[in-house]
Amino acid sequence: MINLECCRNLEQIDIDPNKNKIVLVGNPNVGKSIFFNYLTDTYVSVSNYPGTTLDISSGNYKDKIVLDTPGVYGVSSFNDEEKVARDIILSADIVINVVDAVHLERDLFLTQQLIDMGKKVVVALNMMDEAKNRGLNIDIDELEKELGIRVVPTVAVKKKGFSDLENNIDKAQKGKISLKQDMEKELDNINENVENRADSLLILEGDENVASFHNKKPREYREKVYMQRRNRVNKIVEKVITKEMTNKNIGDKIGSLLLRPLTGIPILLLLLYALYQFVGVFVAQTLVGITEEMIMIEIYQPFIIDLVSSFIAPQSLIGKILIGEFGVLTMTVTYIFGLLLPLVAGFYLFLSLLEDSGYMPRIAALVDRGLTYLGLNGRAIIPMLLGFGCVTMATVTTRLLGSKREKIIAIFLLGLAIPCSAQLGVIAGLIAPLGFKYFVIYVVTIFLVYAIAGTFLNKVLPGESTDLLIDLPPVRVPEFRNIIKKTYLKSKYFIVEAGPIFAGGAVGITLLKEGGVLQWIQNAVAPFIVGWLKLPKETTEAFIMGIIRRDFGAAGLNSLALTSDQTLVALIVITLFVPCIAAMLVMIKEQGIKQAAMVWLGSWIAAFTVGGIVALFI
Amino acid sequence: MTLAEIDRGSDFKVKRIPDDIIRIQTLRMGISEGSKLNCNEKIPGGPIIVKHNYQEIAIGRNLAKDIEIELFTEGSD
Repeated sequence: MINLECCRNLEQIDIDPNKNKIVLVGNPNVGKSIFFNYLTDTYVSVSNYPGTTLDISSGNYKDKIVLDTPGVYGVSSFNDEEKVARDIILSADIVINVVDAVHLERDLFLTQQLIDMGKKVVVALNMMDEAKNRGLNIDIDELEKELGIRVVPTVAVKKKGFSDLENNIDKAQKGKISLKQDMEKELDNINENVENRADSLLILEGDENVASFHNKKPREYREKVYMQRRNRVNKIVEKVITKEMTNKNIGDKIGSLLLRPLTGIPILLLLLYALYQFVGVFVAQTLVGITEEMIMIEIYQPFIIDLVSSFIAPQSLIGKILIGEFGVLTMTVTYIFGLLLPLVAGFYLFLSLLEDSGYMPRIAALVDRGLTYLGLNGRAIIPMLLGFGCVTMATVTTRLLGSKREKIIAIFLLGLAIPCSAQLGVIAGLIAPLGFKYFVIYVVTIFLVYAIAGTFLNKVLPGESTDLLIDLPPVRVPEFRNIIKKTYLKSKYFIVEAGPIFAGGAVGITLLKEGGVLQWIQNAVAPFIVGWLKLPKETTEAFIMGIIRRDFGAAGLNSLALTSDQTLVALIVITLFVPCIAAMLVMIKEQGIKQAAMVWLGSWIAAFTVGGIVALFI
Repeated sequence: MTLAEIDRGSDFKVKRIPDDIIRIQTLRMGISEGSKLNCNEKIPGGPIIVKHNYQEIAIGRNLAKDIEIELFTEGSD
């Protein structure tokens, strides 16, 4: 984590160091990004935060720069989100702290920590309408007095209170400290050489990154400081809130319906069905029919082939690399933009809706029990669901899991048994005509492999998995603009990550084919493919393509004349088959070459063993 | 008793959270030893959902087994 050292990475994000920085800070799901979008209407730039998968948005507001931060419960370093937020907060000149009025008790902990850091803070007390609906009366004047800073009530989705907030940005000030004398004295001791109250506080709270940045030892007072802060916050909350009894909020009612297994499980199944209809049917068939067939194959490909042919002979090696069967400009471009992009974007649109509506953590709670058998906890449902979009990206999000052991299990299962959206589209197209029986055999087989592999890993891997502990945000109607923005960012990330690897793979395959290696491999493994899996030997070509991209392999099956039984076996093999090159590279980065090689080998073994067994029985 | 043994709808007080990291994380969310909470939902064999004012937190069953609590009825404290 060298490049996450305090305050350094901001230099790598493209912002003017001479301008004052306003930083937006808040807990997850408090509507922070609406404030960001409001303050910075034009010229928003999004840059990747070095060493993480997190994107940081920045933009101009008058003569200042506004930076958004990931939603966090406090300033510390439990995970990447917190480290990034911490670094940006440390660099802030002014902090706009967005607080959820309904969750004052939780949110003010962060507020008080920002104040304790000595930052100039102004609070946007958001979701005031919801607080009112729930019968919560918040005494704003009293809250201002207790915190010692300005508090502006807002309703972000309706842009209420925004101009008031703007008027108060320059009035951001240092507030009242929650640390008692004993801790304040320790802080002063540290601050003697550090000479930065915010940094000193984090060192006092045991933050290793900040401490090593200053060549100091992290102190062990975190719990003590946190206790003092918590007590102070509880006292403030008690003082400023008066409750009236009201009926249960409609969001709460939906929230508990989603959680209770009796209603929650049918709703979840319904949702998965909707997802299948949307991504698997609408996007994979209707939309891709337009983007891939009509636009790419009928219009784009003849155009690019014509264009390139006038400079380079199509039958030369360069010609074949560029515009041949696996051409970089033909097949690669068609696949990425015609097939994969619509699928991935459609999937992320759906997932962003789940995330922003507050449903995702409830799914995590609901499936927690099932996942504990696999050595995971409910939180792992997030990478698993993401995996149906793109395994590569899902592999990166396994970082949010609590232990190394869980990461290994999740990455292995993702690589083994979760088909990505591109692959799913092709699989759905191939299996649908075969009838219900084949569909069931396929799903049950893959599910069994998933469950057995997880249970096995849970048994053999040393150590213990962490338990579920998550905050369930209220169920809310998501904001359209945020959903679109998230979908855009994730889709862009996908293209940037997978595109070059995909192009490289296409070049590799062309070279193999032209050099005769493809032919040779095909003949060498023919006895195995024909004898054990009972497939025609041409299937090998699809499998070799599958090493580069699994969906690529599945698509290769399209052109073969297979019987129903053969199609089923081939699909099972290609699903369980090795993860694509992009996913492998990420696995190597996340877990090291040894783990990645184990996943790779394990997939080979699992794919061909299971495929052969199914071939024996059908 | 432990949090895992609670019934849905019961009010309780947190007595002890033994794990250091968990204690810190719950502290930030607003729950500390001594907090008075309500068990909002109990997913069979799965997490316990506790509620503190309007804040809901899902706690895995195994973790719940480590958290010591004590029941109380409204007004007895």
